[in-house]
Amino acid sequence: MGQDKPVVDGKALPLDDIIVEIRNMTFTRGSRKIFDDISLKIPRGKVTAIMGPSGTGKTTLLKLIGGQLRPDTGEILLDGQNIPKLNRKDLFIVRERMGMLFQSGALFTDMNVFDNIAFPIRVHTELPEVMIRDIVLMKLQAVGLRGAVSLMPSELSGGMARRVALARAISLDPDIVMYDEPFTGQDPIAMGVLVNLIKRLNQALGHTSIIVSHDIQETLSIADYIYVLSDGKIIAEGTPEMLKQQDSEQVRQFVDGLPDGPVPFHYPAPDLLDELMAGGVFK
Amino acid sequence: MILDNIQRLGHRTLSKCAAFGRSGQILFQSIVARPAPMMMLPLLIKQIYFIGVLSLVIIVVSGAFIGMVLGLQGYTILVDYGSEQAVGQMVALSLLRELAPVVTALLFAGRAGSALTAEIGLMKATEQLASLEMIGVDPYRRIIAPRLYAGFICMPLLSMIFAVVGIWGAAVVAVDWLGIYSGAYWANMQQAVDFREDVINGLIKAVVFGFIVTWIAVYQGYDCVPTSEGISQATTRTVVYASLAVLGFDFVLTALMFGDL
Repeated sequence: MGQDKPVVDGKALPLDDIIVEIRNMTFTRGSRKIFDDISLKIPRGKVTAIMGPSGTGKTTLLKLIGGQLRPDTGEILLDGQNIPKLNRKDLFIVRERMGMLFQSGALFTDMNVFDNIAFPIRVHTELPEVMIRDIVLMKLQAVGLRGAVSLMPSELSGGMARRVALARAISLDPDIVMYDEPFTGQDPIAMGVLVNLIKRLNQALGHTSIIVSHDIQETLSIADYIYVLSDGKIIAEGTPEMLKQQDSEQVRQFVDGLPDGPVPFHYPAPDLLDELMAGGVFK
Repeated sequence: MILDNIQRLGHRTLSKCAAFGRSGQILFQSIVARPAPMMMLPLLIKQIYFIGVLSLVIIVVSGAFIGMVLGLQGYTILVDYGSEQAVGQMVALSLLRELAPVVTALLFAGRAGSALTAEIGLMKATEQLASLEMIGVDPYRRIIAPRLYAGFICMPLLSMIFAVVGIWGAAVVAVDWLGIYSGAYWANMQQAVDFREDVINGLIKAVVFGFIVTWIAVYQGYDCVPTSEGISQATTRTVVYASLAVLGFDFVLTALMFGDL
């Protein structure tokens, strides 16, 4: 933080053209503070990554932006509209501008691939079926699965299901596409395909991408700007190059994948010797 | 120790109150936010098929056997008093007033209620409900409302089918097997059964039970912990709570309808 102005592809990152802005947001779950007064900006039309170790609230952040959760305090602005303050009806209208790729794909299991992708179009537009067919086929062509149009979700592999879910997420050409751990559990080929797709779609469709991930190499290769979360705070931000040059121990541990460091390998526990010497049975 | 128990009791009471509030909210939102008729109709028909049509086998088979047992038991008791001709009357009144709505509701809770809870719970676990929300579709409208309305519609119909099949089952035993004069069987029934008092009251019970069972089932599914254990517990809770609620409400309704209160 506090470094030179971020530059992407030789151009300054448009941090004055912001589509999503989070201001002084605090979010608590039970007695645990997930976010402690964080602020961040998502630039329009770019790929922004939210990274950090497991359990730091990356997926929670996407749910907060999508209005599925409400923060305790602070604002989440989408083009000036404060998401937490919207009523249910307005929230559903705003969500038409968002697409989300869930970690599990979340395809509707009672519909085939075609109907899954056609679903948002049928719900939100009055386009004739002939046109819907063409749009669905184009979206499937973009993710390379036009041949799988008639398959049921149970017939798809994990990577294919995620690509179909991606086609569904972009079916209405949203302004923002949020990716929740898109690379988790994928084989190297599927991962490469997804990395390529996210970057290509972002460039071709011009939407804003927000990626939540802890797959460092893949995310660094496509992100324009990165926020690193830990312990409810943003511990680093910047372009991939800026992040690689960070000196902070916490950031280095995460970027270099070190098993121990500021984020300890061991979950907090009493001294091992004391516990072994105490004897007795486990309660 | 005592303070801990009081605290635990208070915590449980508060969480039960909160759960009751959430279930009321789901019911209210689903009824208020029902989809437009053109969107609702295909969803409703699909749910009527899953909830109603697929329950027919268990309802028809159970109705037939319960009617046959009623006919047989009724005959063996009434024949001692030389009143075996009244079997038709006894069977019809038992079925229409009590057994059809109550047994149908219990079977409905076991077959359709548990299926509703498991289906909605699994949709929650696989993020399909969250996905609907993010697509900008209200799950109350799309998922909950059609299932609720299908439950309201199917329960009275299934209860009527149960009663009709039961009466026919009793006729097979009493008339065809035990040899009661068929004219007496049907004429006594016709004379004793009052349409408003017996048929309509039975139907009112079925509507109320359908409402209770479906409400409990969709709430348990929507509010479950989205894990395999959570869904299994929610499904069990649906059957237990719905069965107890049906039996409890049956007493209240019977007291109001037939208890001359």
